[in-house]
Amino acid sequence: MILNSKIPEGPLEQKWDNYKKKARLVNPANRKKLDVIVVGTGLAGSSIAASLGEMGYNVKSFCFQDSPRRAHSVAAQGGVNAAKNYKNDGDSVYRMFVDTLKGGDFRAREANVYRMAECSLNLIDQSVAQGVPFGREYGGYLNNRSFGGVQVSRTFYARGQTGQQLLLGAYQALMRQVGKGTVQLYSRHEMLDLVMIDGKARGIIVRNLDTGEIERHAAHAVVLATGGYGKIYYLSTLAMGCNGSAIWRAHKKGALMASPSWIQVHPTSLPQSGDYQSKLTLMSESLRNDGRIWVPSKADETRPPNEIPEEERDYYLERRYPAFGNLAPRDISSRAAKERIDAGFGIGPLKNAVYLDFSKAIREQGKEKIQEKYGNLFDMYLKITGYNAYNEPMMISPSAHFSMGGLWVDYELMTTIPGLFALGEANFADHGANRLGANSLLQASVDGYFIAPYTIANYLADEIHTGKISPESPEFETAENNVKQQIQGFMNIKGTKTVDYFHKTLGKLLYDYCGLARNEEGLKYAIGEIRKLKQEFYRDVRVSGQGDKMNSELEKAGRVADYFEIGELMCYDALTRNESCGAHFREEFQTPDGEALRNDAEYQFISAWAWAGENKEPELIKEPLIFEEIQPTVRSYK
Amino acid sequence: MDLHLKIWRQKDKQSEGKLVSYDLRELNPHMSFLEMLDTLNEKLITEGDEPVEFDHDCREGICGQCGMMINGIAHGPLKNTTTCQLHLRSFRDGETVLIEPFRSEAFPVKKDLKVDRSAFDRIISSGGFVSVNTGQAPDATAIAVTHQTAEEAFDSAACIGCGACVATCKNGSAALFTSAKITHMVLLPQGKEERNKRVLDMVTQMDKELFGHCSNTEACEVECPQGISVLNIARMNYEYSRALFFRQKAK
Ligand SMILES: Cc1cc2nc3c(=O)[nH]c(=O)nc-3n(C[C@H](O)[C@H](O)[C@H](O)COP(=O)(O)OP(=O)(O)OC[C@H]3O[C@@H](n4cnc5c(N)ncnc54)[C@H](O)[C@@H]3O)c2cc1C
Ligand code: SF4
Ligand code: FES
Repeated sequence: MILNSKIPEGPLEQKWDNYKKKARLVNPANRKKLDVIVVGTGLAGSSIAASLGEMGYNVKSFCFQDSPRRAHSVAAQGGVNAAKNYKNDGDSVYRMFVDTLKGGDFRAREANVYRMAECSLNLIDQSVAQGVPFGREYGGYLNNRSFGGVQVSRTFYARGQTGQQLLLGAYQALMRQVGKGTVQLYSRHEMLDLVMIDGKARGIIVRNLDTGEIERHAAHAVVLATGGYGKIYYLSTLAMGCNGSAIWRAHKKGALMASPSWIQVHPTSLPQSGDYQSKLTLMSESLRNDGRIWVPSKADETRPPNEIPEEERDYYLERRYPAFGNLAPRDISSRAAKERIDAGFGIGPLKNAVYLDFSKAIREQGKEKIQEKYGNLFDMYLKITGYNAYNEPMMISPSAHFSMGGLWVDYELMTTIPGLFALGEANFADHGANRLGANSLLQASVDGYFIAPYTIANYLADEIHTGKISPESPEFETAENNVKQQIQGFMNIKGTKTVDYFHKTLGKLLYDYCGLARNEEGLKYAIGEIRKLKQEFYRDVRVSGQGDKMNSELEKAGRVADYFEIGELMCYDALTRNESCGAHFREEFQTPDGEALRNDAEYQFISAWAWAGENKEPELIKEPLIFEEIQPTVRSYK
Repeated sequence: MDLHLKIWRQKDKQSEGKLVSYDLRELNPHMSFLEMLDTLNEKLITEGDEPVEFDHDCREGICGQCGMMINGIAHGPLKNTTTCQLHLRSFRDGETVLIEPFRSEAFPVKKDLKVDRSAFDRIISSGGFVSVNTGQAPDATAIAVTHQTAEEAFDSAACIGCGACVATCKNGSAALFTSAKITHMVLLPQGKEERNKRVLDMVTQMDKELFGHCSNTEACEVECPQGISVLNIARMNYEYSRALFFRQKAK
């Protein structure tokens, strides 16, 4: 298979305009004849469903939470990037494009990245018009701050709850359409399979999570905006329900998965404190603007932090990366923390953390200023840990956070299945091998508000004469039966171990062998272990309750079943990339001083994977990356 | 530490529910309340029983999905805290803890601790938005908003839609939730144009959903995890009267 990324003609700055000029339109009278399914109500899903509803299409919107407003985008704290240059500090679309491409270690498409930077300007306008209360200067103008890895202030924020406010804006736009009847809402519904007819995506099979009923929904196009799969590690900063099932089931129907092993590990989450723990809470990265990161310079230090004198502290980020210091990009900061922890300098009860210290900032700016900037985060820290971070440094540690990988999409955000689109964190686009902070809310939003409305219309223009798609066709029948069989299968095992046991075991394996650092031997070992664990799961898992009633254990079982396969693919992906780039650090490929060693000559491509069948080696298809505008350079933050 | 739990078990909307007792031993006080329930469920599953159904997702106090009555208090003993942000260190060793679903006519129980809060979505759908389509927005700086106003609007916009205000109110009123959205919108220039229609539509919808009336008991503010102020309710009442007045005049 040859992948066609469909990048439009012309110079970089004109590609998106050129595309829009040529994109086909659907006559307003015809739009109501066309049905679109949108799975997911995060920023990507709400914004596309609302936009298509506004345009007059018939839209069905699905999410597994009890309300669309609870999609995981709500949890994002720090902010959203836009090249508005309101601070007059030299920002521009071009600079944002360069930063993002470089931040992603030159493993993203130029044209996509440029478009994201370009659309960032409109996003801020759109959100402000919706009533998103972004932080403001005293004069009434919008305020910005700088965010990890970037030297200009291009991040817009609403206190530490930017994702919540952006999502509420998109959710309200969605609910407005629900009120008008252009969008039908199905909350507490989980997509369990994709239905294809004549090679095109034509619908989905869902489970009503309240009643256990299996339903069929048909449409002319299907949009997956189902978020990331970082929860595969079990311990992560993600919400409990986040999963990869929707994209994975589409993958098994023929959509390629790209760069699955690139998972961002965030440097500033709260450390694990015990086995019972279900998630790791993120402390916003914005804290790194004022907090200084250090560990004791003596291994196995037992003194409390405030008793360790200045000269016995190792500000290792400032030491190793003087130009960026505490603001070094996430992959670099996380790895540097792991390096210190592994070397025996970790702190806290489990020796698995580093300090994030505000004493200098409080001395210089006053407690009040710090409270105004980060008050809610300090409160959250106190609630969770019981410690007051105004008096002593916070304890933080790296944790799985964001999946750069996802379904492969072309410039139109269409997967390799015609009529199946993937938006937001569910696709692989734009971030390359590492995501810069505050770019993900942006990507999810612009995909939904500004890009997919054009590209989906371009696709639907050909569908006007198709007529209604019937959910009674044999394809729907088969898909529904398969879903029912899988559910019955889980119920019949009646083993001895809980679903969470399997999820935790898989997560630990992935942290150890396909986490912050990987090597060939470990990855091969992990593939073997994952297969064994999967067999054990199908032999010994226990799902109590009933298959045709509300049953959250059953929901989890389906997701974990998919995680085994995704985990295996992650290891293959990491194994075949003999270089280190961004989130992917192969121990065999590093410089003498421990920095990532990229290999552009051999690995300047996107790895897209095709499903070959159960326990079979997946097939690797390469999309070469061509850089016309800027030439890859070594990513140095020294 | 040890805990004795009394948990509301209810098979479905139609069935009757009852309190069932469970004992948990050797819990870590650093555990969150929901992790304690996970531990209980692990135990129930391995012993062949059905786990307790409860709603939750983010487990960091922001999605608004978790919510239950703990010893008769919405979200438990800590002020302004969601259930997921509550930790066992807030309880005594050996304590008996009563766990029930949020109760209100407008929030029917689905199963065990899960309730149906879709009435909130319908309230938003009736008018809790600015009517702006995608791609029409003017430059963001064209709409100046002072720092104070933006912060004040944010205070109201921060509602997470958890429903604790309703559950804790003796009348089952949704006034705090609804007024928070109305205040958020009316404070900002973007939301002012539709202020009359919005407040009338949202209040009408709120009544349709079987929420009770507000009788200014102010219990909601005390339990609200976001500390949403009852002043929002006062503003909603003002906006409502104002809108009625203008509607009257227009006639
Ligand atoms: C703690 C945290 C903090 C973050 N902070 C920032 C930040 O400051 N800045 C930034 O830019 N990014 C941040 N991010 C990343 C960012 O929030 C996400 O990448 C982004 O919000 C993803 O949006 P989305 O629309 O793609 O998916 P989501 O918001 O995750 O939405 C997924 C949707 O899909 C639905 N869904 C999933 N599977 C199914 C299924 N099978 N059937 C039906 N529905 C399904 C869910 O119900 C949900 O509605 C943060 C992430 C986390 C976890
Ligand atoms: S007002 Fe407070 S208690 Fe009520 S729904 Fe909003 S956040 Fe919850
Ligand atoms: S689980 Fe999201 S607020 Fe508690």
